[in-house]
Amino acid sequence: MGEDTDTRKINHSFLRDHSYVTEADIISTVEFNHTGELLATGDKGGRVVIFQREPESKNAAHSQGEYDVYSTFQSHEPEFDYLKSLEIEEKINKIKWLPQQNAAHSLLSTNDKTIKLWKITERDKRPEGYNLKDEEGKLKDLSTVTSLQVPVLKPMDLMVEVSPRRVFANGHTYHINSISVNSDCETYMSADDLRINLWHLAITDRSFNIVDIKPANMEDLTEVITASEFHPHHCNLFVYSSSKGSLRLCDMRAAALCDKHSKLFEEPEDPSNRSFFSEIISSVSDVKFSHSGRYMLTRDYLTVKVWDLNMEARPIETYQVHDYLRSKLCSLYENDCIFDKFECAWNGSDSVIMTGAYNNFFRMFDRNTKRDVTLEASRESSKPRAVLKPRRVCVGGKRRRDDISVDSLDFTKKILHTAWHPAENIIAIAATNNLYIFQDKVNSEMH
Amino acid sequence: MFARGLKRKSAEDGEDVEGGLAGAQAMPSYSLQRQSLLDMSLVKLQLCHMLVEPNLCRSVLIANTVRQIQEEMAQDGTWRVVAPQAAGRAPLDRLVSTDILCRSVREQEGERPGPDAGDGHTPDLVPGLATVPSAQALRSPQSSLWEVDSSRENRGGFQKSLDQIFETLENKTSGSVEELFADVDSPYYDLDAVLTGMVGSTQSGHGSGLQAFSSATAPPPSSSCRSDLGELDHAVEILVET
Repeated sequence: MGEDTDTRKINHSFLRDHSYVTEADIISTVEFNHTGELLATGDKGGRVVIFQREPESKNAAHSQGEYDVYSTFQSHEPEFDYLKSLEIEEKINKIKWLPQQNAAHSLLSTNDKTIKLWKITERDKRPEGYNLKDEEGKLKDLSTVTSLQVPVLKPMDLMVEVSPRRVFANGHTYHINSISVNSDCETYMSADDLRINLWHLAITDRSFNIVDIKPANMEDLTEVITASEFHPHHCNLFVYSSSKGSLRLCDMRAAALCDKHSKLFEEPEDPSNRSFFSEIISSVSDVKFSHSGRYMLTRDYLTVKVWDLNMEARPIETYQVHDYLRSKLCSLYENDCIFDKFECAWNGSDSVIMTGAYNNFFRMFDRNTKRDVTLEASRESSKPRAVLKPRRVCVGGKRRRDDISVDSLDFTKKILHTAWHPAENIIAIAATNNLYIFQDKVNSEMH
Repeated sequence: MFARGLKRKSAEDGEDVEGGLAGAQAMPSYSLQRQSLLDMSLVKLQLCHMLVEPNLCRSVLIANTVRQIQEEMAQDGTWRVVAPQAAGRAPLDRLVSTDILCRSVREQEGERPGPDAGDGHTPDLVPGLATVPSAQALRSPQSSLWEVDSSRENRGGFQKSLDQIFETLENKTSGSVEELFADVDSPYYDLDAVLTGMVGSTQSGHGSGLQAFSSATAPPPSSSCRSDLGELDHAVEILVET
């Protein structure tokens, strides 16, 4: 995939039904489940919307596996902490699916303070023909019952029921930024700015603190936890990233409190590139293990980096997302854009990585061919089912016709949240309040 | 696109600020921009006392930036940069020129004279520079920047305001209400006075550059301080009721 080859992509936009942007509709997280059949989004208003992929029909060539709304529910409500006189936002920070163990689907959703376990079940049959109750459920007059019948299950319209099964509250003093389900399918961790807790999925009144970087004196605070994730295969390993750009791999077998890392991944600073903003742009906003478990992907303000778990000294690959912003850092600091937290994603085979940028652009990097592409998620630039056209940001010099200049980039249109289907070339892009789902029809298999 | 519109009164500022620099179209000097960055950072830190709990990561990063600037200013000591006309002319409608501050150290060293080591370190002066912000600095930069008498009382103030920010953050998050009121009065009022002095400065026209700047960062700082005091009243009400 690159700028020159014909990357056939189908634009399949699901737009929420309003013409103005209300803040509550801003999508704050996107996550495919483990099979890719379901796609969950969370928004600033505390709602979760789940999309389901329709089974491919051989009749209509175009409606192969499109995503439709499956369920919508209110996960979190705004709260007011009276003791501190502060609002607790209902914004959904993260959603993580649990591996499916029976007919029901389960997911964890979290806001700044509270994690909830939701169970999603389907009901498409209902029993009819009760002996003691009539169709409305009222008790029958027993004198009218002359014979006994066996109730039968009759099909009904599909009903999706969502219920909160667990509420994991009061575990965090600071704002939760990540949750991650362990490969043991029994535990999960939640991380806030200064601490990481380990929970058992069935126990809500107790959690174990496994990382605590809060200094004894808060005046000495210079570093916070920004993201964390469990290793996909080794249930004892997890990684957490910091605002200073370091990654710490921890082994839970080593000690109860994993303040001491097993491995510290840090790239030495380039002294020739040092400025007042060096530390801010080195802050890691997202960390993701590869599906293989061998690599980690990190996103800082200007780059994405691939790290080999066996090499702590430096990343093995670095990709520039939007290096043309390097000379604009002061302005971006002024308007707070420099603190935007972009996420990153692997494709199913760990050969391509993706991350968002400004102006509704998102970028993909092919690790094998070293080619990269910039695409745009917007209604104006692409019609449904049209092929996406690669975009280019010109930084002076030769300018092609459709290039965008750096100064015309819209910094209010940021793509912070992206997700990649676990097996196929289908991606979900959250652009403010719109969700875009793109499919690669030509190369639908992993390569 | 970026926050614009900080028109500096170039002629007057040029004469005062740049001291001996001839010509009104002087590019903002490195130290002036560093000062702007410092002021901007301090304003950002105070603005985070909002209704929702402040973003700790952002506050920590800004505070670290403030410390960095402070350390560098301490190292510079009495050295006063009068940068020669650097390559090219930056448009003066940007108070904070993106370019200079983002340039690497190596590039900048080529431009500016090395620090005057003979005068030695006077770290006291640096915090003074920070808490008596640019309104004064712009007025008579060459003398007042390094005024010894103002430094001592302000030095504690700067350090205190930075620490107090983290204390407040911690207290807000650990929920110990009584500490919310510890040492609250002076830093808040200091900040209020400082910022209103900055915003409302009419004596010197040079303050208007910064005034335009601070009003560009919405909301105006003084109103957020008042909202802090409002929150305080609210908290007192809760305490009294319980």
